[in-house]
Amino acid sequence: MKKYTYTEKKDTRSGFGAGLHEAGKKNENVVALCADLVGSLKMDAFIKDFPERFTQVGIAEANMIGIAAGMTIGGKIPFTGTFANFSTGRVYDQIRQSVAYSNKNVKICASHAGLTLGEDGATHQILEDIGLMKMLPGMVVINPCDYNQTKAATVAIAEYEGPVYLRFGRPVIPVFTDPDQKFEIGKAWMVNEGTDVTIIATGHMVWKAIEAGEKLAELGIDAEIINIHTIKPLDDEAILKSVKKTGCVVTCEEHNKFGGLGESVSRLLVTELPTPQEFVAVNDSFGESGTPDQLMSKYGLDAVNIVEAVQKVIARKKS
Amino acid sequence: MKHTIKELEDIASQIRRDIVRMVHGCQSGHPGASLGCTDFFTALYFEILNHKTDFTMQGAGEDLFFLSNGHISPVWYSTLAHAGYFDKSELATFRKLNSRLQGHPTTHEHLPGIRIASGSLGQGLSVAIGAALAKKLNGDKSYIFALLGDGELQEGQNWEAAMFAPFNKVDHLIATVDYNGQQIDGPTSKVLSLDSLQAKFEAFGWHVINTDGNDMQAIVEGLHYAKTLTGKGKPILNLMSTQMGAGVDYMMGTHKWHGTAPNDEQLAAALAQLPETLGDY
Repeated sequence: MKKYTYTEKKDTRSGFGAGLHEAGKKNENVVALCADLVGSLKMDAFIKDFPERFTQVGIAEANMIGIAAGMTIGGKIPFTGTFANFSTGRVYDQIRQSVAYSNKNVKICASHAGLTLGEDGATHQILEDIGLMKMLPGMVVINPCDYNQTKAATVAIAEYEGPVYLRFGRPVIPVFTDPDQKFEIGKAWMVNEGTDVTIIATGHMVWKAIEAGEKLAELGIDAEIINIHTIKPLDDEAILKSVKKTGCVVTCEEHNKFGGLGESVSRLLVTELPTPQEFVAVNDSFGESGTPDQLMSKYGLDAVNIVEAVQKVIARKKS
Repeated sequence: MKHTIKELEDIASQIRRDIVRMVHGCQSGHPGASLGCTDFFTALYFEILNHKTDFTMQGAGEDLFFLSNGHISPVWYSTLAHAGYFDKSELATFRKLNSRLQGHPTTHEHLPGIRIASGSLGQGLSVAIGAALAKKLNGDKSYIFALLGDGELQEGQNWEAAMFAPFNKVDHLIATVDYNGQQIDGPTSKVLSLDSLQAKFEAFGWHVINTDGNDMQAIVEGLHYAKTLTGKGKPILNLMSTQMGAGVDYMMGTHKWHGTAPNDEQLAAALAQLPETLGDY
């Protein structure tokens, strides 16, 4: 197992804030909009340097999506910012008609996704957003895994023409990816090469997968770990290549098991290479109040759950 | 004036013929408010808008128009065709398979003149505001026009947008409400009363004017007047009274022709009231 270390922990939303600032410096057409959550979305640096390119819309997410769509017509590249719940479910029809169907170059940037939003509870912890967004034709769906990857993804989507959903989170987590990485939309990152099982993880679950890989190594299991940061378009080639070698797969995501990364992988495998698969995901449930760590544990999203899923899927492969 | 009032009325007569023929041709679509707004579209595209029929999505240096109540697509398509955006023969494909003239307007089929999809109601004012903000950032002083249905003002997003625009001094925006008092289930006063739209928009900080949307002279003058009110810190709301079905006697003054197509006999009765001025498609 390749050794991953970290010297600091940071939140992915701060990676977004840094990336937005950098994208703003690179391209004067980058504009930002926020629905009364500037501090939570870490947009302060952008606003300070480009005040005229920032629009505060107030608590009016539907209007924010419409305004963003309209701004693209004038050649702008709008980044909208609010919590994941209010970025998707609340404004689904606005996104569907004014952004996706109209093919507008809007970047829907969603913080506080998943259980790790924590104490605010289930009203704010969306676990369905990946499914909602990946079903929209033409929508790119990205869920980066740490501060550096989120920053790089934010810069990359500004250079991509078309609607994008960028999902990130609230808690501080290890920073373990390359600070100078080039982010390629739709291109999987090989975290660790192995032979016994393919672990495919996205977002906060990537570090958990690394922790699981270390435990599995102690148990004599050689896990291949792939980071799928782009859920749509899916890197079919990387997944098929790995699964051909390992013959079984575990998918890991901070999302409902329905509609998420796991189902995207299943759809690919069942048509191309039927393979035993286990899902580490929320079991069709809402979340609740608690600390992020407590919630990840209670809802089965810890390294230990990945280890168990790997043992189960390897047993299925052999039977 | 680019055209005389008589010339504009002649164009409107042809557009009305197109509307009833298009809706008859596919036996679906929304003739009522299309006919009600025909004079507005004619005035806008043939007299008011600074626009190029050599269409670009961005429309830099041009006035832009957004239709929020997308179901009145027949009047928009006919107007665009007669203005020169595409050949009028294409009007025969309205709502048919493989057509660029979808039931509700869309950019998906790349029809010149359309900049956003609409049809799911209540979204157009926000989009128009966004386009206005982008023009401002680009130093482009052109106007943004929008048309909203009165019934769709029951959608909450309109009021998010109505609150935003005056606070942010979006003052090159002229939004018109098609105030026909009708919606699918009956008169707006019975379904969900809009009460005083003038008082509501004024309370939100808009400059509200009233026009008669079925009097060509009045609508041309009203839109010219609206332009003189721009640039003063307030968005402009043109509360435009119209008759649903205007120009076809049996379709007027009722919600029954909101989304119903005429049969052969009814088509003939409608066309008999509408002189063919520019040639049918």
